[in-house]
Amino acid sequence: MAKPQIVKFKFPESLKEMPLGPSAEAGILTEPNAGWRVQRPVLDHSKCSRCLMCWVLCPEGVIDKQNEKLEIDMNYCKGCGLCAHECPKDAITMVNEGE
Amino acid sequence: MDFLNGDEAVAYGAKLCRPHVIPVYPITPQTIVVERIADFVANKLMDCEYIHVESEHSAMCAAMGASLVGARAFTATSSQGLAYMHEMLHYVSGSRFPIVMMNANRTLAAPWNIFGDQRDSLSQRDTGWIQVYVENGQEALDMIIQAYAIAEDDRVYTPVMVNLDGFVNTHTYELVDIPEQHEVDQFLPPLRSKNAIDFNHPRSFCISAATEWNMEFRYQQYEAMENAKQVIVEVDKRFGDKFGRYYHGLVEEYRCEDAEVVLVALGSAIGTSRIVVDKLREQGLKVGLVKLRFYRPFPAEYFKALSKRVKAVGVIDRDLSFGYEGAVASDIKSALNSAGSPPKVINFIAGIAGRDITKENIEGMYHKLFNLSQGKFEKELQFTGLRW
Repeated sequence: MAKPQIVKFKFPESLKEMPLGPSAEAGILTEPNAGWRVQRPVLDHSKCSRCLMCWVLCPEGVIDKQNEKLEIDMNYCKGCGLCAHECPKDAITMVNEGE
Repeated sequence: MDFLNGDEAVAYGAKLCRPHVIPVYPITPQTIVVERIADFVANKLMDCEYIHVESEHSAMCAAMGASLVGARAFTATSSQGLAYMHEMLHYVSGSRFPIVMMNANRTLAAPWNIFGDQRDSLSQRDTGWIQVYVENGQEALDMIIQAYAIAEDDRVYTPVMVNLDGFVNTHTYELVDIPEQHEVDQFLPPLRSKNAIDFNHPRSFCISAATEWNMEFRYQQYEAMENAKQVIVEVDKRFGDKFGRYYHGLVEEYRCEDAEVVLVALGSAIGTSRIVVDKLREQGLKVGLVKLRFYRPFPAEYFKALSKRVKAVGVIDRDLSFGYEGAVASDIKSALNSAGSPPKVINFIAGIAGRDITKENIEGMYHKLFNLSQGKFEKELQFTGLRW
């Protein structure tokens, strides 16, 4: 899965560069969006069985399974805790931000 | 030549343009348009997606969705239906989709009435749609075809509303020439939309625009409407060259060359007025008629120039912007006044909710205009044919 990386949006610099109607190139992320997260998930890889339930259930799709160890994208995780709640191995713990 | 009513003429016009998607909801007096198109589709004379939507609001949403994927979309409505889709008119024009819609001019409730006046479309003036008002069935058919050519022009990408007077145009049978399909195909090639999704270049559409960017999109719409003035004239000429019928662009003059007073009107009232002009001319009166075809973009330059040529102008408004005057008169007076010493204007409120605008009414209007041009008093706003 090729996850879009944060890129700087190129704004038009003249009327000629404006798009036809309010539209813009799709599939780009221009800034991180995790500012309201209160708790973050911490994954203990020793307990993880790679069942992928967290990957299936994550509402934001921030769990990356392309490498051997699952990775959680903290730029976009909102700290909802679904992954921790559903993990059959209790491999994920929700920890308060700042701790 | 075929014997068709205005609605049927529109149905044939739409058929010839080969739309891909037609989402519609029936409403008197547009119903015959959608019924005929349904017949065409059922009899496999048209190849399109005909969608029975649950409301006019949905019709315009579906048309927008169709346009978004690059399909040519057509729909039709009237009065309450036009009001129902009001927010979508803004959505479509702001998103720059070249949709064509026929509107049967019918009054708006309350009080409820199915008959014709132009309150419905004139009150949608500011929604960013190009608006044309046709005089008869032939013009209705022809303007559906021209509407796509105008809307889909690279310099425009603005939706077009083709207006017919309810019952007087929509249900009146006239001789109409239906152009050959292959000729229309040559005039109007398939749509290759510049504003549609493309899997090779994914885009987000109808996005928000922050305060820092919003006004620039509005400026684009403004420019597109200004461009449309030129495109309308070009399309008119190209259509005339191919099909032999010219409509003279934004405005058509009838016997105005040496006119002292003129009447301005939109739609079917023009047909009646031509007869009155001829009669008064035979009596030696120098009267003229101005057919305002396009209400948006508004031909301000034309009226500014007219200002210098005539002594008095009458504007027939089949509407009234309560709290002021007829919408058309306001726009015309504003343009006339932008010249030096403008002619005096009488705003005639007439033809409301299907009340006939008779030849006698129109003759009376011209005599009042002469009164005005001779310095006699005439009220600036007059209701025509009021009971008491």
